Amino acid sequence: MASGVKPRVKVPKTAAAGDAITIKSLISHKMESGQRKDKEGNLIPRSIINRFTVEFNGKSVLDMAMEPAISTNPYVQFEALVPEAGDFVFTWYDDDGSVYDTTKSIAIG
Amino acid sequence: MTKPMGNTLTAIALAAVAFGTVAAADEAADLVINGDQEMVIRTAAPEHLSDVLDEINSGWLYRKDETQLLQMDDFDNPGMIFVDLAQDAWNAVDGSEEKSCASCHDNVEDTMKGVRAVYPKWNETAGEVRTLAHQINDCRENQMGAEKWKYTGGKMTAMEALISVQSRGMPVDVAIDGPAQSTWEQGKEMYYSRTGQLELSCANCHEENFGNMIRADHLSQGQINGFPVYRLKNAKLNNAHARFKGCVRDTRAETYKPGSPDFVALELYVASRGNGLSVEAPSVRN
Repeated sequence: MASGVKPRVKVPKTAAAGDAITIKSLISHKMESGQRKDKEGNLIPRSIINRFTVEFNGKSVLDMAMEPAISTNPYVQFEALVPEAGDFVFTWYDDDGSVYDTTKSIAIG
Repeated sequence: MTKPMGNTLTAIALAAVAFGTVAAADEAADLVINGDQEMVIRTAAPEHLSDVLDEINSGWLYRKDETQLLQMDDFDNPGMIFVDLAQDAWNAVDGSEEKSCASCHDNVEDTMKGVRAVYPKWNETAGEVRTLAHQINDCRENQMGAEKWKYTGGKMTAMEALISVQSRGMPVDVAIDGPAQSTWEQGKEMYYSRTGQLELSCANCHEENFGNMIRADHLSQGQINGFPVYRLKNAKLNNAHARFKGCVRDTRAETYKPGSPDFVALELYVASRGNGLSVEAPSVRN
């Protein structure tokens, strides 16, 4: 597991049914591109988050492939429609096989 | 190119004017964090500065709108990532004594409130002025039996940020009299001494020319109430000594070592120039 990885997500606590809400997500990750060299001139192996998914009550909301050009601590902001109360599940997939996830609940009201 | 030359020039001139407005920092803005915590970013200068400055200003005022906005919300503030990471480190057992920070200091929110505002501070048992980073390493070495952290390293700046954020909004209030006075005098001497091939003192830029442009950069008063600071240029937290080192290097001088008594003295003096401003850490600058 890459060191110092920590997901952060901001979801409103409540929304009106059918409303579009803004969701902000960020994961601390060095996103090593695989292009850089260390002091001895050896290539530093690629180590990035390569996929980010968001599900709401089991249904896919967002599924993005991420590439080495994405900078350190990737930040993703998007809007989502909330038809009912439920849980957003955010999942990040690391090159090294690690999976980081976090869940945020939203109520209707 | 089909356009007549005259039009093109006008267009460029207009663009330059427009860019000028965008690039200028909003010096009239107020800093409110998360929509409810107001920061003191301009206030009367402390007494020891009364003959040179009327008002002291946070460096936040000299940054562009976009950078200013980043600091107004804790989610947008990239420095807060490191605060989260340090919270884990706070609770993590390390070293031969099987202790974590929390073993002695319990809840960081209660025990570290107000600490950042008074550092650097005279340490009676050690008989010297110490910075927050020194205290952290002292704890690690002598209480936890753990390895010292690198003074300007990521773990250190993150822990400084975690401790500092507990004092956010409180006025900086470092003591400059009593046993700390000689160190403070030494820092003052350094602040006004020209160094390096460019023969620049801290005061040349940050006292005589704040508000002016130094090439593409908008000079601030060099206040350190926002340290450790997340800098967009290196995408990490930087503590005051790392920043001092950068500044001294830019005068083309041989720099002092981060954590050295020289930089401690300078930090105490520079901190005292911000007595009255809110602790902003972790702030966002470019």
